[in-house]
Amino acid sequence: MIAFDTVSYSYAGSAAPLFGGVSLELARGSFHFLTGPSGAGKTTFMRLCYGALLPSDGRVSLFGQDSAQMDRNAVALARRKIGVVHQDCKFLDHLPLKENVALPLKVSAQSKLADDKNISELLSWVGLSGRANALPPELSGGERQRAALARAVIMSPDVILADEPTGNIDWEMSQRLLRLLVELNSLGKTIVIATHDLSLIRTAKTMVQARVLRIAGGSVQIAGADL
Amino acid sequence: MNLREALNRNDAGSIVPPSGITAQLTLLTAAAMAVLCVFALTLSLAAQRIAQDWEDALAHSATVRINAPDEARSAERDAVMEVLLTTPGIAAAREITLDEQKTLLAPWLGEDAPIDMLNLPVLIAITQADPPYDATGLRLRLSAQAPSAVLDEHSRWRAPIVAAAQKLRLMGWGGIVLIGFAMAAMVILATTASLAANAPIIEVLRLIGATDRFIARAFVARFTLHAALGAGVGSALAAGVILSLPDGASVLGFANLALGGADWLWVALIPFAASAVAFAATQAAASIKLKGLT
Repeated sequence: MIAFDTVSYSYAGSAAPLFGGVSLELARGSFHFLTGPSGAGKTTFMRLCYGALLPSDGRVSLFGQDSAQMDRNAVALARRKIGVVHQDCKFLDHLPLKENVALPLKVSAQSKLADDKNISELLSWVGLSGRANALPPELSGGERQRAALARAVIMSPDVILADEPTGNIDWEMSQRLLRLLVELNSLGKTIVIATHDLSLIRTAKTMVQARVLRIAGGSVQIAGADL
Repeated sequence: MNLREALNRNDAGSIVPPSGITAQLTLLTAAAMAVLCVFALTLSLAAQRIAQDWEDALAHSATVRINAPDEARSAERDAVMEVLLTTPGIAAAREITLDEQKTLLAPWLGEDAPIDMLNLPVLIAITQADPPYDATGLRLRLSAQAPSAVLDEHSRWRAPIVAAAQKLRLMGWGGIVLIGFAMAAMVILATTASLAANAPIIEVLRLIGATDRFIARAFVARFTLHAALGAGVGSALAAGVILSLPDGASVLGFANLALGGADWLWVALIPFAASAVAFAATQAAASIKLKGLT
């Protein structure tokens, strides 16, 4: 799926790398948490996973292709196999929710699949069946996160990346979102959740076998049982 | 279906929000460019016709001028007429009357000038047949029969007039090419501005797997349709103006401004040409701009 081979990343002009020597594989059907303090590089790690950033050193492989060797078109095609739930959701505010959710189908020329029935079922799965025609600014934080998840899975991607998906929502809504991600994992999807919410990780560990990666001090380590 | 829906019918077009003033300006500028283009085209075609008319008219006519003294003038005139009427390639030969000479000279000398008192030469107008006469042979025969007779084929002043008309025609076409360049530049500026204004939307589209081709299509379709629509409206307006030109304009020598049947095909092509220019310009602008947007 996605593999890091001795990857390091430095911001332009920065002498010290944000992290370095990272080698790991996000295997099919695996469940990962990515944790660490704010500014440690969680979002950067996620962006490397979907080709929005290229490593300063080492190699990131997306579905067998070196991301540094992929042209813009190849990156676009790879992203269709990676659903991303961004912290700020990244909706098009002028389009109603059902059209935002259907966007990945449209951009991949599969509009035929974006019929009302399919979209309704998906919105119902994330608990937003009555909000299909709402504009994104009219949604609450929890609704936006669930809508972003619906958009991320509509292409039935192999990998789902969620960057701080529970950062702006309450505990109950966090649990609801987590259950949806666990359900997706049970269908064979690879899940990566970046979060600094340790209680969310503890809860998840009661539901699924998850690997916890901690970014700190310029390296990425497998976290121990202290979580 | 209203205009906005028509412009946004394709999937890509509906994703990008209406471009507001840039798209409206594209439409208005395309209309203005089309009006100018039709006018330049009309002038160019008119110049072409005028050049051709003058070329045809002057190429088929010539004049024999007889400057003989009064006592020999009549004899030379008769000799010249005899030569002309027996020369193959001459359809007709006719002496220009004194009244006709007065009319020709009136713009310079005035209506009441005592032209009768001037020692004007005898002028004989020749209409060329097809095939035409041999000018060298005719000159030799005229010099033998009437020593003062001079054959004037109008070539001295025909050439610069025709050359001027040809240059006018080229200027018209040059103007059309410049209008095309100006329109392409305008569309490129509008597309670039629209792409920059929609950078956040382009970012989202890329994150969900949109290719540059898909994103560009939204802008290409929009600006091409606006340019085509504007050029169509502009061409129609300009055509209306051309059609409304008064017939009396022929007095001033502008009768040829009226477009003929085949000329209207050129006018009809303008919206299509504008669309092609807008399409190519938008493609180029989108291709370059998207490389610079993350």
